Amino acid sequence: MKKLIKTLKKSTATAKLGLIITAIWIFCAIFAPLLAPYGPNEVNTSKRFIPPIFAEKGTNEHILGTDEMGRDVLTRIIYGSRISLIVGIMAVVVSLILGTTLGLLAGYYGGWVDSIIMRIVDVMLSFPFIFMALVLMAVLGSGLTNVIVVIGITGWVPYARTVRAQTLSLKEREFITASDTIGCNDMRIILKHILPNIIDSAIILGTLEMSSAILSEASLTFLGMGIPPSMATWGSMVASGREYIYTAWWITALPGLAIFLVCLAINFVGDWVRDVRDPRLRST
Amino acid sequence: MKKLLEIKNLEVCFYLDSAIPAVDGVSFDVYEGETLCVVGESGCGKSVTSLSIMQLVATPPGRYLNGEILYRGKNLLGYSTDEMTKIRGKEISMIFQEPMTALNPVHRVGKQIGEALRIHEGYDKKEAFKESIEMLKIVGVPDPVRCANSFPYQLSGGMRQRVMIAMAISCNPNMLIADEPTTALDVTIQQQILDVIKNLKTKTGMTVMFITHDLGVVAEIADRVVVMYAGKVVEEACVKDLFANPLHPYTRALLKCIPRVDEKRDKLDDIKGIVPNPASFPSGCRFHPRCEEAIKICKTIVPEEVTLGDRRVSCHLVTQKAKECRL
Repeated sequence: MKKLIKTLKKSTATAKLGLIITAIWIFCAIFAPLLAPYGPNEVNTSKRFIPPIFAEKGTNEHILGTDEMGRDVLTRIIYGSRISLIVGIMAVVVSLILGTTLGLLAGYYGGWVDSIIMRIVDVMLSFPFIFMALVLMAVLGSGLTNVIVVIGITGWVPYARTVRAQTLSLKEREFITASDTIGCNDMRIILKHILPNIIDSAIILGTLEMSSAILSEASLTFLGMGIPPSMATWGSMVASGREYIYTAWWITALPGLAIFLVCLAINFVGDWVRDVRDPRLRST
Repeated sequence: MKKLLEIKNLEVCFYLDSAIPAVDGVSFDVYEGETLCVVGESGCGKSVTSLSIMQLVATPPGRYLNGEILYRGKNLLGYSTDEMTKIRGKEISMIFQEPMTALNPVHRVGKQIGEALRIHEGYDKKEAFKESIEMLKIVGVPDPVRCANSFPYQLSGGMRQRVMIAMAISCNPNMLIADEPTTALDVTIQQQILDVIKNLKTKTGMTVMFITHDLGVVAEIADRVVVMYAGKVVEEACVKDLFANPLHPYTRALLKCIPRVDEKRDKLDDIKGIVPNPASFPSGCRFHPRCEEAIKICKTIVPEEVTLGDRRVSCHLVTQKAKECRL
């Protein structure tokens, strides 16, 4: 704990900012019912399209305005953080684990293992994401878990490619031969010697991919194959506000801003993680 | 003396664009407790020979075409990967030329030294780390605790080489293969590393196979010497005989290249020409295009090996002389 505080104190301003924003969003997600002024699905047709407080004709009642069905945008953003964060993080974790494992195997063993995995990668790349995701969603059915699974298993390709490339160059390095000479088996070399060297870039990639995972969830939901409409998500808010963007920009822009803030903050956290793990900064 | 390792007619070939016979019929023995130096220019197959002992030649593109490597009478080339991992680090260890790149940058040094102990001796993390500090003491690191807690980038080249040695000897192997361990270090550090290896030898009785191209180092530590040229052993002798009376012209040429303190010279001697390309070795004796004493027969016929007491040599000149003596 002391060590953690010490590391935090030493971290850069952007890292602190990222950690704070991420912490705020996680806090919102956990305590949504306590923080939100209204219910996420409270419809009030008499109060449609109320602008946010800082715009003209804004009111105190709805700080961030209301949407086309009179639902409070702030409330929905707070509730939406639950889904978006879970989908974003979990989908990235799924694809990171999958992609890293396959990339390590392909890079380390080479030969036919590599050929098979890289051919699968080619196939994945040649399919449009949305088509593949829709087919999978149609097979699995909609729901939060299935969205995570589908985004996870369609998103592993970049990890596999990055990890494979790095593994290819690492395995020729002398310290890998050296670990061979002291009797490490393949498993040990992969897990203890190669993985710690490549995991950082996979994590950085993960923080970058998180935004696209959140947006993928939005696309799936927009197409009616993702999260059921009864649950507020940032993606569905952006999607539903799209029609009114000229008259009521806040319905789209504010959840979009939320997505942006989370992605930015997570990117900062990713950079911080890399810095913390870099042995050059991890002094004795 | 007992033979610890016997290499018999080893042939290793790399199949790249063309077949490259990096090691071509190499045979020599390593006796228990001795220091054997393998000498030769770059590209003569020294490193491939030593990697073959550990079975670390990448296959493909490499392939063991022929031969046996007997360790205590058992052929290592017949061992499975699992059996080999039990030999590596525990029975035979190896250190490398480049201490700068031979340590994993993300692990603390102590952890890396302790790894062999965790694999072979079943130590837990803490015990292994403690033992690694002991190992660092043995190899003469002044502040072993701090060193064990350092990352490789925080250490100098000489320190890293000591760490490598500590790593290699942590399980008390019977044999240490040192592949040019002093080449990348400057001369004063070289001396220290040689001293570390010598001390270890006297303490543990470990067998050392030392690969080098530096005859100064050979004079310092070797008991016996194997001279390699273009994938073949050209001469084998004990160190005194080799320096006093080199039989093969290649050995003589190598010795002539060493600058001497007692002679004044403007230009250093060298061996004319370059090491032949392994894809197309010259016919006959592979050294003949560069040999100053070459005769007609050298160009066409591969010289046979002659055993003279405890030394071996492959050169037509020696063969002829031996014949004359017998006549």
